[in-house]
Amino acid sequence: MMPRATIVALLGTVGILAAAALAPWLKFVLTVALAKGLAVMGILLLLRAGQVSFGHALYLSIGAYTVAFLRPAVPDLLVLLPLAAAVALGVGLVIGLFVARYRDIFFGMLNLAFSMVFHSLLEKLYAITKGTDGIRVFRPTVAGFALERLPYEWAVLGLALLLALGLGWLAARFLVSPLGQALVAIKTRETRLEFAGVSARRVLLVAYAASAALGGLAGALLACTTLHVTPHLAYWTQSGELVFIAILGGGGSILGPYLGSVVYELVRVYAAAALPDAWQMVLGAVLLGIILFASRGLWGLYEDLVMRGWRRA
Amino acid sequence: MALLLLLAVLDGLAYAAQVFMVAVGLTLIFGVLRVLNVAHGSFFAIGGYVAASLGAAIAAAGFSSALALPALLLASAIVGALLGPLIERLILARIYDKEQVLQLLVTFALFMILEDVQKLIWGVQPIFQDAPVRSLGQVAVGDIVYTVYQLYLLPGVALAVLVGLMWFLRRTLTGRVIVAVTEDREAATALGIDADRVYLFTFTFGVALAALGGALASPTTSLVPGIGVNMIVLSFAVVATAGLGQIEGAALTALLIGLGRSVAVYFAPEFEVVIPYLIMVAVLLVRPHGLFGRPQLRRV
Amino acid sequence: MSEPLLSARGLAIAFGGVRAADGVDLDVAEGEILAIIGPNGAGKTTFINMTTGYLRPQAGRILFGGEDITGLAPRAIVRRGIARSFQIPQLFAEQTVIENVALKVAARRGFWRAFTPLLDHTTASEAMRLLEQVGLAQLATARATELNEGARKLTDVAMAMALEPRLLLMDEPTSGVASAEKFAVMDTLVGALRARRTTAVFVEHDMEVVERYADRVAVWSQGKILVAGPPREVLADPAVLREVIGVETAHAGA
Ligand SMILES: Nc1ncnc2c1ncn2[C@@H]1O[C@H](COP(=O)(O)OP(=O)(O)O)[C@@H](O)[C@H]1O
Ligand SMILES: [Mg+2]
Repeated sequence: MMPRATIVALLGTVGILAAAALAPWLKFVLTVALAKGLAVMGILLLLRAGQVSFGHALYLSIGAYTVAFLRPAVPDLLVLLPLAAAVALGVGLVIGLFVARYRDIFFGMLNLAFSMVFHSLLEKLYAITKGTDGIRVFRPTVAGFALERLPYEWAVLGLALLLALGLGWLAARFLVSPLGQALVAIKTRETRLEFAGVSARRVLLVAYAASAALGGLAGALLACTTLHVTPHLAYWTQSGELVFIAILGGGGSILGPYLGSVVYELVRVYAAAALPDAWQMVLGAVLLGIILFASRGLWGLYEDLVMRGWRRA
Repeated sequence: MALLLLLAVLDGLAYAAQVFMVAVGLTLIFGVLRVLNVAHGSFFAIGGYVAASLGAAIAAAGFSSALALPALLLASAIVGALLGPLIERLILARIYDKEQVLQLLVTFALFMILEDVQKLIWGVQPIFQDAPVRSLGQVAVGDIVYTVYQLYLLPGVALAVLVGLMWFLRRTLTGRVIVAVTEDREAATALGIDADRVYLFTFTFGVALAALGGALASPTTSLVPGIGVNMIVLSFAVVATAGLGQIEGAALTALLIGLGRSVAVYFAPEFEVVIPYLIMVAVLLVRPHGLFGRPQLRRV
Repeated sequence: MSEPLLSARGLAIAFGGVRAADGVDLDVAEGEILAIIGPNGAGKTTFINMTTGYLRPQAGRILFGGEDITGLAPRAIVRRGIARSFQIPQLFAEQTVIENVALKVAARRGFWRAFTPLLDHTTASEAMRLLEQVGLAQLATARATELNEGARKLTDVAMAMALEPRLLLMDEPTSGVASAEKFAVMDTLVGALRARRTTAVFVEHDMEVVERYADRVAVWSQGKILVAGPPREVLADPAVLREVIGVETAHAGA
């Protein structure tokens, strides 16, 4: 199981690098996909506990705005990214202390409420955030080097890939650790966990904080890729997108988020342009379809195909 | 200063009236179906759009503007009767026995769909149709000239909905069945209550209430994409602050949050959106089950 | 004699009109294995619920190792060394049998590990040993939902033992276990308890099991303890025969 996932991850890495080399415009799309995959991995942690957050765009935007605000003072990408993750982690811990007391509906909606508040603050506090105009981010240096556009794009893509691989590996280990397994236990029988002397709230808080940090990191990568941040990053549609990708990719493997986000971004490039006012509708319909008919997502479909292939062989 | 405060209170009342109608449907549906309908805000928005379209059609056909008011009711009935049964039977009925997280995701998917349905039908340009407000004229309250529509009609309708709902739930057979199912679903179904019909009725009714909220709001505000999401989060805040399933509680909380918000509009406009959630978070920190809610038993 | 490990005094609780405990006094000595018998509805489970913090008695006190634990939260009571299994066990449904047990082992041995597997070598082998003690080793990788009632109950017992409690309360541990396997399971289970000198209380309906494995038996009837004493004497008591065992056999026959 595990080695097979590693092989798929390495093949995916090669595929992404090859695609970016062959079709330069794909570099941007794939970087964005990898960044979102990181955030979706956070959503996946929460889904393990049976919880869904409709507000994780909050952490995307916190990460992105941290980069935008700090870029003048902190010029380097390799410093900006951890800083953004740390700020998101801090906010996640504080909000997590509150939302980890809740489950299901409350958990989902309280997260939505927090993100909507932040979105409106980003729009209204014009003096600080420049409102809907957003803030332009000047290309950061990478490890001290001021790179031209092309090498910079490669550097960000490479970094996103490394982060996806490294953090994906860590997350996969997390899922089989006592804490990760306790998340699954929260989903099925939370009180029994409590009665073994383990605080379910604290377990969920750990996952929540991790998901916030991942969201912040993803947002920072997005900011460094698009070089422009706007309040739209905090809007509910962004949160919905993360949830959508998580369900699309499937929760069975840590590769699900990346499979989901690459497919999603590739389709979006064409489809969202073709139907700008119906894009959410298409997503909603596909989401309904997956939940009602293929609840294990793309990764589940892939597994079924491989399994069938093996049996035939 | 005093003038602004009075204005804030009047606005707050009118606003609370709209929020209440959405929140009460949300809480009623949750009580019976045990599904928190994330798409509920969309019904508010669609109610508003349908009302505006009806109003425009009435004006274009040259009918008397006195028809503008009943048209609001008609809009709510149309939305309820069309969308309620369609969504409940076709989609929600498939998920009653599924995990909570899947139920939430399904209504969220519905919400995504309905938000774009609005854009496809009514576009993204603001729509404003204030014939109903104009048809009732204005009154002076102290030094302020205020519309009769917002001063009397909106709060009046909300009050009528509240009183009518309490009467309906306590005095009619259908109402009592709904209360029974809300309080103890197993026992109620064991008594031979036809759960399917209760679900269908409650959902449709809740949709119509949200649409009524939207229809009534439409002459006082521009309809733009995004009003649905603002409303679902706000009415969730009301419902959570009051305690899930609390109807009178939702009315009081809507008032509290409506007033809080409109005071902010006049005195600290940047924080208009923040105030309702501050109230919610403050209440939930002290009372995790809301102002009027009771803790639910935990599974062992 | 030294001070009892568990000591209940005047426990009372009523549900509506039903008195599930009506002035219960009971001592359990350190290292003792006590059986509780009595007809359905007598209040046996209620006693366990009060001792483990799931129900708060309306009157009376419970002392554990001399400390008053009456009305503490279940989590606090677990930390003091009391574990229980349930009459109707609720396992972690999405996980395997060994993962269920390992979660409890981890809960005792250090839960806050984020990047090493739950089933690392020590945890897995300890969980496996616990499963062997209840005769479930061959079901270790089965999903919790695939188990029959007997196996679910024994998994639950293994999960309670994983906490290495000073006092273990088991609510009908062998009901649902095929009678052919009962004695084998109880042999290893009680052997393990005695080897660790764990004090145990178990509710049981099978008088043969009671006679073989309990040091002492307490007879429950309508919220009260009818008699308590060595199994041989108690089970021969005509009043017990009439009140409880007659009911039990009639019940078992039904
Ligand atoms: N939580 C409760 N609520 C209401 N009645 C209860 C509750 N727990 C137990 N009872 C009642 O108390 C009596 C004793 O129950 P219980 O302790 O489960 O009996 P036993 O385990 O001896 O069969 C029964 O009549 C039962 O219905
Ligand atoms: Mg019992």
